[in-house]
Formats: sequence, C-alpha cells, structure tokens
Amino acid sequence: MYDLAAVVLVPLFAGTLCWSPIGRRYAAPVTVLAAAFILIFAVRVASASALGERIDAMDGWLTCDGLGALILVLVALVGFSAAIFSWGYLGHHSARRQRVYYVLFNLFMMSMLTVPVMANVALMWIAVELTTLLSAFLVGYEDTPEALEAAWKYVILTTLGAVLALLGFLILYWGSQLAGYVPFTWMSLVQVAPQMPPALLLPAFLFVLVGFGTKVGLVPLHTWLPDAHSQAPAPICALLSGVETTTVLYVILRLFPIVGQAPGLDARPWFVGFGLLSVAIASLLLITVRDFKRLFAYSTVEHMGIILLAAGLGGAEAHLAATYQLTAHAIAKSFCFLAAGVVVMATRTQDMNSIRGLSRSSPLAALAIVGGAFVIAGAPPFAVFVAEFGILKAGLTQGQYLVMGLLALFIVIAFCAIMFHMTRMAFGAPEQTERRHRIPRLCRVALAVAAIPLVVIGLYVPSRLHDLLIIAASAMG
Amino acid sequence: MQSTGLTIISALDALTGALFLLTALGVVGTRQVLASLQLFIVQSVLLAASALLLGIALGSPHLLAVAAITIATKTFLIPWVLRHTVSAEVYRTREIGRVLNVPASLLVAALLVVLAYAVAYPLVEAVPRPFTNINLPLGIAAIFLGAFTIVVRREAVPQLLGLLAVENGVFFAGIAIVPNLPVIAELAAAVDVPVIALVVGLLTRRIYTRLGTTSVGRLATLREH
Repeated sequence: MYDLAAVVLVPLFAGTLCWSPIGRRYAAPVTVLAAAFILIFAVRVASASALGERIDAMDGWLTCDGLGALILVLVALVGFSAAIFSWGYLGHHSARRQRVYYVLFNLFMMSMLTVPVMANVALMWIAVELTTLLSAFLVGYEDTPEALEAAWKYVILTTLGAVLALLGFLILYWGSQLAGYVPFTWMSLVQVAPQMPPALLLPAFLFVLVGFGTKVGLVPLHTWLPDAHSQAPAPICALLSGVETTTVLYVILRLFPIVGQAPGLDARPWFVGFGLLSVAIASLLLITVRDFKRLFAYSTVEHMGIILLAAGLGGAEAHLAATYQLTAHAIAKSFCFLAAGVVVMATRTQDMNSIRGLSRSSPLAALAIVGGAFVIAGAPPFAVFVAEFGILKAGLTQGQYLVMGLLALFIVIAFCAIMFHMTRMAFGAPEQTERRHRIPRLCRVALAVAAIPLVVIGLYVPSRLHDLLIIAASAMG
Repeated sequence: MQSTGLTIISALDALTGALFLLTALGVVGTRQVLASLQLFIVQSVLLAASALLLGIALGSPHLLAVAAITIATKTFLIPWVLRHTVSAEVYRTREIGRVLNVPASLLVAALLVVLAYAVAYPLVEAVPRPFTNINLPLGIAAIFLGAFTIVVRREAVPQLLGLLAVENGVFFAGIAIVPNLPVIAELAAAVDVPVIALVVGLLTRRIYTRLGTTSVGRLATLREH
C-alpha cells in the first residue's frame, strides 16, 4: 500500500528539499506542506487499520497494525501543528540556522514515523536510535550554555539506554532462533514466545525496559528529560514530550504480549512497579518546580508512568484505557508546550515566580497555558480525565485496591500542583506593564490547529477512532 | 582433528576476550584523553579478531563481514571523524578532577566484572552454545564498565568513548549469541556508530567554542532548587 510508504518517504523528501539550494528559501512552507501530506497519508493508513487489516508496503519491509497506526497518526498530528508553530517561532532567525532546523525537523519526523512501521525489529531499533541523533541539535538549537548542557545529557544518556536495549533485542533474536528460523518481526516474536527459554526472555525484557525506559523517562532514569524538554525550542518540545516519548513507550508496550506468553514469566509487576514509581516521584517533583516548561516535562514523566501502569494491569478494558490515555496525552501535552512557547514569547522568561497577572498582560497566552494545563492535569470532561477514570475503573474491577488508591492519590497531587502554579501565573497584578511582546500570527494559528483535536476528543470520540483504539489495545494481547 | 581446531580457536578467543576486558578497564582508568581513544581502537581491533575467530569456527560469512565492518568503521572512520570534529586542544587535556579516584574506580570496576558474570551465567547455562561462555559475560562486563566510565569521567571525549565501549561490548556478546543476524541489521548498526561519534563530536566542539571547556561533568546549571 502506497500510503504507508508515503508516510516515511514524504519527510525524507522534504528534508532533502530543505537542504537543497532550490528548496532552502522555502524551508518553512515546504515543511508545513510536507507535514500536511504526512497527516493525510497517516490518517488513510489509520482508517484502513481501524478495520483490523494489517498493511504491508515496500516488499514487506514496512508493516503496520492498529497500534502502529495510532502512533503514526499522533506523530503526524503533532508534527503538523509543530511545523506551523516553527514557521512563526523562527521568523527572526538567520536563513542558515533555519535551514539546519528544518532539515533536522523533517528527518526527526521521519525517524519517529519509521519506528512503528519498520517490520524488522533490528531496523526499528536503528530508527529509535536515529530519533535521538537527529534531534540532538534541535534540543541544543538555542545555543545557550543550558541548551548545550541539556543536549549533551540527552544524547549520552538516551544513546546509552538504546545500546543497552540493543543487547536485549539481540538476546530476543537469539531466543527466537532456538524455535527454528523465523524472521525478526514483532509478529513472529509473539508467535514463538512460548518456545523461548524464560532464562533468555527475562533478561532480554529487562534490558529493553531499562534501556528504552531511559528514553521514555521512567523514574529513576528520567534525570535528563526535564532538561532536554525545557531547553529545546517550543515546537521541538511538543514533539519530544508529546510523541517521541510515546513512540519509544510503544516499543516497550510491544514486549508485553511476548513476555506474557512465556511460561513462568510475568511482565505485569514490572510495568506496574515502574509505572507507579514514575507517577509518584513525578507528582512530588511537580510541587517544587519553578520553570513552567520543566513542569510540563515532569508531567510527561507522570503520564508515561500512568500509561505503563495501565498496560501492566492487563485485560482488554485496561489496555483500551491505556491507548486512550496515550492518545489524550500526546495531543494535550504537545498543545501545552506550544502554549508554553507562546508564554515565553510574551514574557521572555520560563520562571513561574516572575510571572504574575498573565491573564491581563497577555490574555491569549494565559488562556492557552491555563487551558492546556487544565486538560493535561486531568480535569473533567476532557480526554485525559476520561482515560484516567477508565484506568482506575479497570484496576478496581481487578481488585488492585492498593495500587489504584496510590495512583489516584498521586494524580490528585499532580493536579493540585499544576493548577496551583498555573493560577499563580495567570492571576494577580502584573508586575511590569511596559514589556509587551507580540505573538506571531502563525503561532496563534498553530495553537488553534493544536486545539482542534484537544477539544474534539475531549467531548466525544469519533467511532473510527474508537475502533482504532480497540484494535490498538488488542495488539497488547 | 575438528575438535582440536575448535579448542585452539576457543583458547585464542578467550585470550582475545581477556585483552578486550583489559582495554575496557583501561578506559575507566586512564587520565589522558588521547590514551582513551587509543585504547578504544585497540578494543575494536580485538572485537574484530574475535568476530574473525568465531566466523572461522562457525563457518559464518556474516561474522567475517562484521570483522571487516568493525575495522573499517571503528579503527579508521571514528578516529577520523573525531579528529575533524573535536579540536586538538581537547586531546591534550588531562582530567584534573574525576568523580572517583583511580584506585576506587578500579575496585568498583572489578565488582562490575563479577556482576557481569552473575548476570550472564543463567543465560549461558540455559542455552549451551560454543563461545557463548566466553563472549557473553565479557561483553556484558564491557557494557557495565563503559557505562561506569560515563558516570565517573568528566571530560566529553572519554564519556563518548565509554559509550562506544558499551557498544563494543554489545557486539562482543552479539557475535556469539546471534552469529546469523541479518546483514542488513549489521550494516545499519555499522552506519549508526560513526553517526553517534559525529553527532557527539560536533556537540563537543559546540560546547568547547561556546563554553571554553569540555568538562561536561561539571555542567550542572539545570536542576531543581
């Protein structure tokens, strides 16, 4: 199917075009146009996947099922609003810097879109590795000492994690070959999992969980995440926090049905344990932060923990809630970071203590960031609330009272912490009235574009999306 | 005849593995930046040697390809990339302070090697296979030592070399456990490693020109108050 190949090839082509002498002058519009095409193709792939089909392309090198298609759509959706935002955000930067930015932006998009569709697991690993390498200079783009420090930690720690995960994948391949020659794909790994020796499967699983857990930002491997996610330019933060983490978490979720089939092994305690620890530590750190981009970064750690925990509960109901939460988080968190970018443009600071009365000095910025924070913190009736409610309900039906009680407690702490910081920023008397900076029109457009899915899935879930979520949840076994 | 040949190759592989471990310990211990690069090159040659030995013993053309790719990328391409991205100033650096002094580092390193054997032992036992008993524990030991290097070293280039040593460790284990990994995956991995060196090298240069230091371990402005 051509749509699937196009999803991967369009950003590659756009990246090349932005680099070429012909396209470099139009790098921003080219990127927006490419992102629009990616979104169209991704939606076409997803609506075919929602019917339960598996789609193959390029002689079987690319393959996509429901869970993969869900990730594709999320990356494409966030990529589209981030591309528009970039156009407004980078307006004043030199042409040369913009060119580097857009080339890397497109290639970074390509690497994230490749992860869920690469049939061969070893090549999928390369795609994950490329997401780090291609985004390193985007994280350090601002060129401040802080941004370079963040970029350094990001590259070294997440690459170290990826290399550890590689050993896990090699052991997984070793185990699968003991059951006879099978291709190294997710599908055949699930098939041969019962024949794999548990002595191999367990270390393989743990190497991948710890290795890629670093890139997802699971506690205690999260230390680099608030740095990178607070220092990168706003549209890149939206991609990093909204979908890069999700894309890597997707790989970890793929292991769940494989480990679950082996006799005497259980992935559930690991998922629930790591998940709950991440939620707990992140919600406590949310109280102490001063920088609002770091606030959203810790919220990402919290949400990754919630999704992992939900997946670890097992059962169709919990898995559906997990995919719903994954979708809601990607859409809401990317919006929050774009809103944070607008606030930085309006106030020239990321320090929450020095911002007061934002609703008076810059009403649009205040509305965006408080609205985004409201949704991401889990206020009803929006999607994050519905998903978290679903997770708690699924857990209580299974009799996991202690885990669910703790989860609910930490979610409430996180909610209060986020809303406390936000109301302090938004209301009160503005400290200085003379400094008012204009927000570029394209950034406002990007915010509006990002707000559409936020409001839509907050109020109702289209039936096609609901089908896709169910199919995606079934991939977790 | 066949079995004596295998025994000799096993012995040679064990020797290569021992030297491989020594280079990993060396990267933890040296204070000169340039010396750690040289140790990394020696380590890569040993990885290639082990791949060659296993390739002959198992009759696997894949492993001969791995040996060739390793030599090409890690002993030529990576040093070349680093020489062109990182300035000569950086190589002349001696580390002034480390997080942990050398004797204490080596003590922890020794414990990590023991731990590596403890991790690898159940796997070796579950699936008996030629060379796994040598390559898997030593590969995992190199992984742990490389990760430890990243933690204790403050200079940028030694941290990168620690990362590449981890990667070497994964491949040292990999050639024994999956000698039949599809060539496309090996080729992709071979491209990946010089790209890591390129990206980190360019970032090091950026940090050096912008901040006037490559002591990345001392960068600590970003944290909660």
